[in-house]
Amino acid sequence: MSTVDARLSVFKTYKLYVGGKFPRSESGRVYEVTDGKGNWLANAPLSSRKDARDAVVAARKAFGGWSGATAYNRGQILYRVAEMLEGRRDQFIAEVADAEGRSKSKATAQVDAAIDRWVWYAGWSDKVAQIAGGANPVAGPYFNLSAPEPTGVVAALAPQESSFLGLVSVIAPAVVTGNTVVVVASENSPLPALSLGEVLATSDLPGGVVNVLSGRTAEIAAPLAAHQDVSALDLAGADAGLAKELETAAADNLKRVLRPRAEDWSADPGTDRLLAFLETKTVWHPMGV
Amino acid sequence: MAASRGMTLRYARRYAPLVTMPITVPAYGKEAAGRLASMADVTADDGALRRFLHGLPGVDAVGLEARAATLGTRSIKTTAKAYAIDLALTMIDLTTLEGADTPGKVRALCAKGINPDPTDRTAPKVAAICVYPDMVATAKEALGDSGIHVASVATAFPAGRAALPVKLADTRDAVAAGADEIDMVIDRGAFLSGRYMQVFEEIKAVKEACARPDGTAAHLKVIFETGELQTYDNVRRVSWLSMLAGADFIKTSTGKVAVNATPPVTLLMLEAVRDFHAATGVQVGVKPAGGIRTTKDAIKYLVMVNETLGEPWLTPDWFRFGASSLLNDLLMQRQKLSTGRYSGPDYVTVD
Amino acid sequence: MTFDYAPAPESRSVVDIAPSYGLFIDGEFAPAADGKVFKTVSPSSEEVLSEVAQATSDDVDRAVKAARKAFEKWSALPGAERAKYLFRIARIIQERSRELAVLESLDNGKPIRESRDADLPLVAAHFFYYAGWADKLDHAGYGPNPRPLGVAGQVIPWNFPLLMLAWKIAPALATGNTVVLKPAETTPLSALFFADVCRQAGLPKGVVNILTGDGSTGAALVAHPDVNKVAFTGSTEVGKAIARTVAGTDKKLTLELGGKAANIVFDDAPIDQAVEGIVNGIFFNQGHVCCAGSRLLVQESVQDELLDALKRRMQTLRVGDPLDKNTDVGAINSAEQLARITELADAGEAEGAERWAPACELPSSGYWFAPTLFTGVTQAHRIAREEIFGPVLSVLTFRTPAEAVEKANNTPYGLSAGIWTEKGSRILWMANKLRAGVIWSNTFNKFDPASPFGGYKESGFGREGGRHGLEAYLAPSNPKGERR
Repeated sequence: MSTVDARLSVFKTYKLYVGGKFPRSESGRVYEVTDGKGNWLANAPLSSRKDARDAVVAARKAFGGWSGATAYNRGQILYRVAEMLEGRRDQFIAEVADAEGRSKSKATAQVDAAIDRWVWYAGWSDKVAQIAGGANPVAGPYFNLSAPEPTGVVAALAPQESSFLGLVSVIAPAVVTGNTVVVVASENSPLPALSLGEVLATSDLPGGVVNVLSGRTAEIAAPLAAHQDVSALDLAGADAGLAKELETAAADNLKRVLRPRAEDWSADPGTDRLLAFLETKTVWHPMGV
Repeated sequence: MAASRGMTLRYARRYAPLVTMPITVPAYGKEAAGRLASMADVTADDGALRRFLHGLPGVDAVGLEARAATLGTRSIKTTAKAYAIDLALTMIDLTTLEGADTPGKVRALCAKGINPDPTDRTAPKVAAICVYPDMVATAKEALGDSGIHVASVATAFPAGRAALPVKLADTRDAVAAGADEIDMVIDRGAFLSGRYMQVFEEIKAVKEACARPDGTAAHLKVIFETGELQTYDNVRRVSWLSMLAGADFIKTSTGKVAVNATPPVTLLMLEAVRDFHAATGVQVGVKPAGGIRTTKDAIKYLVMVNETLGEPWLTPDWFRFGASSLLNDLLMQRQKLSTGRYSGPDYVTVD
Repeated sequence: MTFDYAPAPESRSVVDIAPSYGLFIDGEFAPAADGKVFKTVSPSSEEVLSEVAQATSDDVDRAVKAARKAFEKWSALPGAERAKYLFRIARIIQERSRELAVLESLDNGKPIRESRDADLPLVAAHFFYYAGWADKLDHAGYGPNPRPLGVAGQVIPWNFPLLMLAWKIAPALATGNTVVLKPAETTPLSALFFADVCRQAGLPKGVVNILTGDGSTGAALVAHPDVNKVAFTGSTEVGKAIARTVAGTDKKLTLELGGKAANIVFDDAPIDQAVEGIVNGIFFNQGHVCCAGSRLLVQESVQDELLDALKRRMQTLRVGDPLDKNTDVGAINSAEQLARITELADAGEAEGAERWAPACELPSSGYWFAPTLFTGVTQAHRIAREEIFGPVLSVLTFRTPAEAVEKANNTPYGLSAGIWTEKGSRILWMANKLRAGVIWSNTFNKFDPASPFGGYKESGFGREGGRHGLEAYLAPSNPKGERR
């Protein structure tokens, strides 16, 4: 017997986030996402290699503007992301609890840490050049300065187990320095990532800076690792076998590769990821009258 | 000639709507004036001259100094060294410019210029004896028919701080006394304050004052005092300004200030002469002066001439050293080459 | 009479080359396991200089074991003690610099003026620079207690044999790693002499091991399971193969690979210095330079003037005996490299570019290629895209700064670039837009141990030199100082 006042909820159709838009997979495929107990949560787009290709095009297109924006501007926008996340805090707690089979309090800790991490990284935007670059005292009459620059388009495999904190921990350090990102969501728990797309879309972040794909990690990662216009790979969400395969493919255009390693996503992240997708540019100029 | 024609066109593109000038003419020759007339538009007024000088390519100081230093690493040995030493000897403007100069001192210097090495009469003679105007007559007499020129500084050397009529009188006096060459100083104050036309007109006036009644003229060397002009951009500009005004030679320094000839400044002047020649066909000489004391130094300058202007400038007609102590070092090195022993200061003459 | 420079040869007698050399493993010279040897020749004369051992995979294993054994004590030494060994090495190199310069010119073919005035001073400076870091690593920005990685397998090229050795060994040792280094097949001698420098410095056995050999030796070294760090300088093709080899391992990898640098000249450039920069950019070391300015991008409005000046300057280049102190351009390093340069230059001509070279007489024996310039080159020509690694300059034109940037960046490489203009704000705008690791503005081909060097894109990753150069040899530590 059901109560008459029980309202039928409105389901959300989860979509990809590519180039600032919310397309379905071009393949028309979806896959079933369940919670830890096997209960159906939603259908997520099952991205294809063509979705990966489109996402790379969007990310490359966004790179010039995003990397050319002032660091202050990037910091402002990323801080805005944190503000938007805070507003949707309850939604993410629920999604993380479902996705990771966690209690509400544990999910809350995850989401709060993720929001705080976003704030932490946002603040790095106009500081990273000062820790990663500087003047070089060369033995001659030259002004010589090294400064970090973003590598380009980073394809990131989000951690499989930490569907939101881990996700944020791979996206934020890459984009804050001016890279653009194609992120492959946790295969079994993609919903927080797809919802993050909705936050990013309302945070002044230019379309294409972050692109979110869901589906089979190995299927999407292969074309990304082989893509000649992808500059770097974050393999956080790959197992050893896949990581080796992808790193091998990445050698074709010498992508910068961050290998998977044991991570405690709740620990202080340090600057490793922040510095992983930077190039150092050194400029010389004579000093004379 | 094909190459020089090409270069003429190149500079014509940049500097002036110039007809091709395939034949080289000396700056002191009759035809030079006609060539300069083709550049008359850039010296038409103060504004045009300023725009032209400031439109010259900039000079990167570090790059220029690096190039001069690299040329300074050339290793000139054996036959090349012998050639260079004798060439340098013939290019010396043997100089005495002291308040204490006397006819006796000048005559002694002239004697040395004619016969530089008392132990070896095959040593070539120097190019000129360089003195103050009041010593010109003495030097002229002492040099007789040796072929050595008398060069006289003039125009209120070294500061040049006198009224134009005084400078012109100074010049005419030296020419009348028999000077073959006049080493004038530019008005550095006027140049540094941007009065380029004044500097230009003054050089022209002095050039006219170099004329002799018989229609010939003393050759005019224009001293920049590069140590006071400070920047290489200024040196390139003043080089062009002086050549446009009719300088036969451009000269670095008076020898009377802290910084005199340096390899980079001289290299830059050689480049200006090269470019001016390419643009007009007029050949102008270069004279670094002050601070060149050793054979090693002198050879570095000759290498710069060789690799910037080439053979046509490797003669006393187009390159000079303003020096005094350099001569003895060249002679000692020359003795070493001929005897295989190192020489000593007692085997060269001190005047 | 003309001012012809008489021959001014540097004396060969300052260097004593033995008829044969073994592998330097664990502080001793020993023949290869299977006794195989190969000859190294002087590229300027094809004279055989010596015979060196061809290391096998067994030898690689022995060398890695020696380095592993030495690592324990070497990494535990206080930084200040490691520093003193490096200072000793730097000093000994300064003392022996004339000998080493002559040796380098003999084995490589480069002019003595360059080995004497560029290579050797930079080699010593590099050891001095990293010596000073050895006891200051806590302050280098890599965490409070950065740790060495272990055994570094290093493979270096033939263009700057001793300098590339210094770039590899100095930071590795300063950070507490031990080394197995393979010099290039055609230029093994200076690395073997460096082994003697290590002996004189009293460096503990096994800290530096030198394996001579060909590509197979290098491949065995980078594939060895007990190597923790791979550093390679060389071609992009081999770099990719190495990246595949180390995929899926824990080996840290840095690669310094090819380039096709644009040297961009604007119409307001300091022309005479730009010409020097172009010449230095492409003819320094016969163009055997990964960061060579092999593409001249000249603004159309100044093209004729610049090319006239450049050709005039090229006519004064002195090509010939590397040991003559007045030689500007020496010998091509090997017959194989000469064949590649010849093939690409011929392709340039075949594809319609106009070839020009100054009249110059090349020696009858040895490997030689005259300084060459191609005009009328477009982005589609092979000589505008492929690294020639020789004294061949491709000239392209542009009209606007944006076009210059677009053309400069239109390459899979990204090692270096040059900008020539007197306008400061344009320099900074250009420097910002160019995707390359080293930007030389109003200069070119300048190197310094304090200045990070390395590429974007397919020019490799990681930086050598400066504080940045330490990173390649340190394990990142987490904020608590624990090794990850």
